[in-house]
Amino acid sequence: MSTQYKPAIHFQHVDYRIGDIEILNDITGSFPQGRITTLVGPSGAGKSTLLKLCNGLISPANGEIFIKDKAIGEYDPVELRRMVGMALQSAPMISGTVYENLNLPLELQGQQLSKEEALELLEDVGLKSDLLERKVKELSGGQRQKVSIARTLVNKPEILLMDEITSSLDRASKLEVEELISKINRKYNTTIIWITHNLQQALEIGDYTWVMMDGQVVETGESSLLEDPHNSRVNEFVKGVVS
Amino acid sequence: MSYWALSLTLIFVLIPLVLSKTLNLGLGRDMTVATVRSIIQLLAVGYVLKFVFDSESLIYILLMVALMIVAATHNAQKKGAAIQGITWKIAVTLIFVEVLTQGILIGFNITPATAQYIIPISGMVIGNSMVLSILFLNRFTAEVEDHQDQTELILALGGTPKQAIHRQLINSIKASMIPTIESQKTVGLVQLPGMMSGQIIAGADPIQAVQFQLLIMFLLLTTAAVTSVFLGYLSYPTLFNKRMQLLKG
Repeated sequence: MSTQYKPAIHFQHVDYRIGDIEILNDITGSFPQGRITTLVGPSGAGKSTLLKLCNGLISPANGEIFIKDKAIGEYDPVELRRMVGMALQSAPMISGTVYENLNLPLELQGQQLSKEEALELLEDVGLKSDLLERKVKELSGGQRQKVSIARTLVNKPEILLMDEITSSLDRASKLEVEELISKINRKYNTTIIWITHNLQQALEIGDYTWVMMDGQVVETGESSLLEDPHNSRVNEFVKGVVS
Repeated sequence: MSYWALSLTLIFVLIPLVLSKTLNLGLGRDMTVATVRSIIQLLAVGYVLKFVFDSESLIYILLMVALMIVAATHNAQKKGAAIQGITWKIAVTLIFVEVLTQGILIGFNITPATAQYIIPISGMVIGNSMVLSILFLNRFTAEVEDHQDQTELILALGGTPKQAIHRQLINSIKASMIPTIESQKTVGLVQLPGMMSGQIIAGADPIQAVQFQLLIMFLLLTTAAVTSVFLGYLSYPTLFNKRMQLLKG
């Protein structure tokens, strides 16, 4: 992809399969450190699986993944997952209040999030402070997604994996989250890998783009490639999505 | 009870058979098989118990208990097929519960170390432990499947497998213990326990029958708690690999 930036994550001939079904096939490429890379492609292309590989929730069948030049297998899984944060598409919550959910990452380490820090996180993601003691079952889909993002930020990850986090948000909330992620990227030099179905979002937010189809990476480069793809399948996909 | 009176008890089998036939329930064959099996199994066990009691040999007592554990393990393991190595985990749980309860009973001289006490009490403990294992495994496999996203969430946030599965484990332990606790709350009010009723019918002093029943009830409470906790903590690690990844069945 880019030779300008050090890779935060590098895939080298990575395959992943479930039983006999091949989900990812020979993935090779890098996600540049401190940049926002979007992953686009049709449903079932293997994008979410690729994110789970980065976070160590699953392991490749073949090939190697390097996080900051160190093979992923050499990391302690807990250390790796705190360093590579992940906001899941379904924004799962533990039952209880918003505060209990925000406190979860620290509770797992035997620590506690102060109310002030929790309120700051809510403000960062554009949620009102009175939501802190609200039960999560009373939240809207968009509010849940924002709480999920805030919760991921508690570990202060160096790499942030986002799986379609704005798909259930209204336009105003979507813009707030985009602004928030850009701010985190700029302020902390956090590497962001963001799955999106919204090509306009990929163009506006992403520095780089991977286009995936049928478990393979078919085109990579600066996000502007989406305006004029070289690959004919990508071209068809872009036109299909745009139209 | 005379053999004539015993044979008259088959009336209680005839009634449901007639109902099944009349209402086309299709349970006639199952009920007949169950009746024949219960007659053969109970008569056989009666003769075996008489032999073991008369011989007063520790080997025979141990063999009887081992047989109970093997049969209970075989029955319970079907419910936990999704959990790797479930057969030996259930067997270890049953052995642990049996050793613990008999150790306390005999160690504190609560009951004598004779076949007459060890075998029936072991039967109740192992039988109850088997049912608890089935209840626990049923609930635990459902909890793990239903809350897979929460397990992955905690792993993704840097939690350990034990933290990731904690809520599901606790929910399953609590759910499997509820029937034992609830039945203790209503004992004597709603139902008279089988063992106590049997003793009273056989002519025992009701107060003494109650004392033994209390012993059994308390014993079964320990059995319930130890079975579900022990089996739970033996089972959950096999749901994850060394990289702390949730293995999907």
